[in-house]
Amino acid sequence: METLLDVNNLVTSFRTADGKLPAVRGVSFSVNKGETLCIVGESGCGKSITTLSVMGLLPDNGEITEGSIYFQGEELTKKSDDQMRKHRGNDISMIFQEPMTALNPVFTVGYQIKEPLNLHTKLGKKEKKIRAIELLSQVGLSNPEKVLKKYPHELSGGMRQRVMIAIALACNPSLLIADEPTTALDVTIQAQILDLMDDLKDDLGMGVMMVTHDMGVVAEVADRVMVMYAGHVVETGKVEEIFKRPQHPYTKGLLASVPNVDDEGHRLEAIPGSLPNLNEKITGCRFHPRCPFAMDKCKVDAPPHFRISDKHQSKCWLHEEVDSHEYQHKAYS
Amino acid sequence: MLGLIGKRLLQLVFLLFGISFLVFMSMHLAPGDPATIIGGPTATESDLDAIRAELGLNNPILVQYLDYIRGVVQGDLGYSFQNNQSVSESIATRFPQTLNLAIASMVVAVLIGVPAGIISAIKQNSWFDVSSTTIALAGISIPNFWLGAMLILIFSVELQWLPVGGLNAPFWTIEGMKQLILPAITLGTASAAMIARMSRSAMLEVIRADYIRTARAKGVRKNVVVWVHALRNAMIPVITVIGLNFGFLLGGTIITEQVFAINGVGRLMIDAIAARDFPVVQGTVLLVATLFVIVNLLVDIIYAFIDPRISYD
Repeated sequence: METLLDVNNLVTSFRTADGKLPAVRGVSFSVNKGETLCIVGESGCGKSITTLSVMGLLPDNGEITEGSIYFQGEELTKKSDDQMRKHRGNDISMIFQEPMTALNPVFTVGYQIKEPLNLHTKLGKKEKKIRAIELLSQVGLSNPEKVLKKYPHELSGGMRQRVMIAIALACNPSLLIADEPTTALDVTIQAQILDLMDDLKDDLGMGVMMVTHDMGVVAEVADRVMVMYAGHVVETGKVEEIFKRPQHPYTKGLLASVPNVDDEGHRLEAIPGSLPNLNEKITGCRFHPRCPFAMDKCKVDAPPHFRISDKHQSKCWLHEEVDSHEYQHKAYS
Repeated sequence: MLGLIGKRLLQLVFLLFGISFLVFMSMHLAPGDPATIIGGPTATESDLDAIRAELGLNNPILVQYLDYIRGVVQGDLGYSFQNNQSVSESIATRFPQTLNLAIASMVVAVLIGVPAGIISAIKQNSWFDVSSTTIALAGISIPNFWLGAMLILIFSVELQWLPVGGLNAPFWTIEGMKQLILPAITLGTASAAMIARMSRSAMLEVIRADYIRTARAKGVRKNVVVWVHALRNAMIPVITVIGLNFGFLLGGTIITEQVFAINGVGRLMIDAIAARDFPVVQGTVLLVATLFVIVNLLVDIIYAFIDPRISYD
């Protein structure tokens, strides 16, 4: 499979009153063409910052301090804002969490959908209108010509998110980044939007990088999953492996905290404690204060990524020993 | 939209009744007798009686008020106690100066305030932001009469670049512009400061909005994001402040007109109050109230053009 995006050892830091603090600490991953990578983790674990680093849209006090981001062979971290601008909305697009606020309230849908076409294509006025209508029907909006003339406040949340997707697709991106695209939507609409994104991914052959904290969404759309905790990738693997054979205690915790309606005896397990602050100094593994399996070693040395299988890795000392199955069902069961 | 305009104009009628009543009563309740001022220090009691009778001041106050209102409804604002000039005419000769000054001050205020506020916001905590917010604070705090006097001292007396006062040449002539500069700056400074502060805070809120990030994610240039996507969203509170300030300025600016010897509505009003010239006071107050309501109506109409979410239908 063709690699679209290749991120290596990405470190993104923020200048704060306490000095420069890393929010993303050496993250590496790749996204292939036609594949959906889901990044999961608690709020504040660095997943959104990872996507904004790829887009080059970090807040003013944030910067990429280490690592590389190769997109279709081009190194993005070395590019100026003006050079990045040519990628944004063109071959890399992004959809955000809040469809209610992500569209500009004072411009019509038509204006906003044509904007990337104005910026990245040489289409004439008529062609742009035709393309806009085509995009709106592609995302399943009926009466696209009418929708073009509407303002965001005249549309429902689901319709707005469809418009957002249409905007993101305007220039046929190779990579679509979606930051919790369904979190703000009703459950029924969520499913529609996820199906839509999945279909479009297949039709257009895009790579999709989706940030979510909803394991249900992961199960629905992911090909591969990357679990992040406190700025680190703690586990990566194919979606089936992550769900069936989660390795990292944090991943297990995440899965155990998903309600299960089929199993009446199922008790929801919360992961004790909370995500450390950016400025909290934690030696060893950053998850050890919350980890039910923490050993002495975990408090001293940060674990490397251990290979579980071909595509499955876990950043946990428990996997240092080849055969360590006994621990697996010790706590979260 | 037409509904809004009709409703506001209807409200204006009631408002003017209320205001005229309050002003009428308070003028008559306030100490001071127009007859003694008109008659002068040598007038005898019988002279004063004659003057009062002539002005209708001996009638019961409600009768006086109704007489006045009857005139106003017919478009007659009465005649000045002091010089018997028609009040409408005095206002008509004075108002152009005030309008001229108000517009010039607002132009100064908007041209300085809006860009200063926006640049402050997008370069938050930069030296520009710090100095512009400091200057804005000073601009709001400095009293008009002091600023006007200082400007006259520097630019008229010392440097002799600009006239000391007066505003009689048309504004499109060089002389007219020269006359306008100092009073417009004097008056515009406080408004500019208020507009700058409002633009800054409105812009700061808007540039953090999700749709700004969306625009950036589309590949829109940073400055286009600010001046196209953000500005229009930030304008609602700024337009409100501009409208309020303009409303005040149109009512005549008593102090600045006094400092620069400009024969505007503000001076007309203050002179009339001093002379207990009831019809002139009434007339100018009604003018101010009407203008204020109209400016606010215009602001509301502009809202609907800026923000499609605002609709009056």
